[in-house]
Amino acid sequence: MLAERFKTDPQSQAAGAPEPRALPKIVVRGRSFLALIIAPEAPLDAWFAALDQHLGRAAALFAGRPVIVDLAGTADAADLAVQALDGLMARELRIIGVEGIEADLLAGTRWDGVPTVTQGGPSRPMPTPDEPPTTAPAADAAAPVSAPPAAPEPEAPASRAPPSLVIDRPVRSGQSILFEHGDVTVIGAVASGAEVIAGGSIHVYGALRGRAIAGLVTGEAARIFCHRLEAELVAVGGHYRTAEDWSDGLRGRSAQIWCDRGALRLAPLD
Amino acid sequence: MSKVMVVTSGKGGVGKTTTSAALGAALAQAGQSVALVDFDVGLRNLDLVLGAERRVVFDLVNVIHGDAKLAQAMIRDKRLENLSLLAASQTRDKEALTQDGVGRVIDELRGRFDWIVCDSPAGIEKGATLAMRFADVAVVVANPEVSSVRDSDRIIGLLDSKTCRAESGEAMEKHLLITRFDPLRAARGEMMSVEDVLEILAIPLLGIVVESQDVLMASNVGCPITLHNPASPAARAYAEAARRLLGETVPITTPTAPRGFISRLFARKAAA
Repeated sequence: MLAERFKTDPQSQAAGAPEPRALPKIVVRGRSFLALIIAPEAPLDAWFAALDQHLGRAAALFAGRPVIVDLAGTADAADLAVQALDGLMARELRIIGVEGIEADLLAGTRWDGVPTVTQGGPSRPMPTPDEPPTTAPAADAAAPVSAPPAAPEPEAPASRAPPSLVIDRPVRSGQSILFEHGDVTVIGAVASGAEVIAGGSIHVYGALRGRAIAGLVTGEAARIFCHRLEAELVAVGGHYRTAEDWSDGLRGRSAQIWCDRGALRLAPLD
Repeated sequence: MSKVMVVTSGKGGVGKTTTSAALGAALAQAGQSVALVDFDVGLRNLDLVLGAERRVVFDLVNVIHGDAKLAQAMIRDKRLENLSLLAASQTRDKEALTQDGVGRVIDELRGRFDWIVCDSPAGIEKGATLAMRFADVAVVVANPEVSSVRDSDRIIGLLDSKTCRAESGEAMEKHLLITRFDPLRAARGEMMSVEDVLEILAIPLLGIVVESQDVLMASNVGCPITLHNPASPAARAYAEAARRLLGETVPITTPTAPRGFISRLFARKAAA
């Protein structure tokens, strides 16, 4: 459930448009969100009975939430799949797609054309919320509630988000740049009293006078590169050194900082 | 179109109030109508530097709280009729300032003056943030030494994030004014060079004002330096800075020590 962001060119949109004046720009945005996945199982009568009991206790569970139906349990027969979908719709679940079924199996039925969801992160069982434990715990234990509705895990941001952050102005004293999802590139100086913290590596095309802390996520694989090393403190993967701990010979030179078998190393680049 | 200009620095004692008075007077001398507003509530000084301390009846806090009308609180300078002062309250503290109140006063001043010069208190607390809040232009005052430069850097960061202009996505016009520059010490390498300061702060230079007794004397007699001793190097630097603020292109020259001084210095070093 993650799409890209498109910005359409107004000119290309205007082609064939009846109105001569400039048309508004169409912005298509992508977003990821949480959908509930529910997997009906045969025999459906028993399954729906269990679902009804469940809904009776936690009516708000599906209220207003997008639902994806995993039809793998009914996939061998189109009738069963249709019956399951009809049953869910009758219970006012908002079905936004199906999975675990070949799209052509539903062809010709009233569910022809329902979106088939093929991508998304792995799903895991989600604890069913809104269940006050005081409500008949005995019944709860006895009821053969099928696998609780599972939700797809939110996409790991590191894999989808842009892997680097570019800052094209100086980082001023007192400012803190924290970017856990990847590398940080600063075009300009990092002032004394400023800090840049990155999940990955840090690149400073200017003087690094403040603190640079790299490898919050990638650990010792990260590196710090700077055009001029005048830093107060550098750290990679949890190993840090302050300006006192390196030779004056490095001061003012372009340098890189990396981890070598658990020790922080600094070396000039020029 | 009136302009709201904040004179700020972060660090105390670098010359914000002297600069506010001198630039305000220089702009007034150039024919602009100017309001000087002291935001240093509790530690007011601008009235002293302007020699208006005995004429303060109402102040900024009174106007914000509605105890006085703006016209009652504005003190017109006796030497320059288009220069006025809105004093700070000495008996209150910065908590007496409210964002809405300051906004209202600035709006009202915009309708009456070409330039509203806000003299910021030191620090980054309420007084300083409210002084910069509504500004269109900032003059960052820095001395050529590391603590002042770092504090100025912090202030520039705040100007780019906490002002109305920054929050609405507009660019904040920022200028650097280096004050208390001592050419002799700079030549000896005892002070940061102008280039070093510019390299760190990375904003356009508005002017360089030399450290001099003239500035101190002018403050003591309660007269902006540009009025008290217009021929002095410091007054000339402020007058040129004001012209640059008005859009003129005036080349900036780095003050150098008189030749005799340097040769004497080297002679002494050689002897020692």
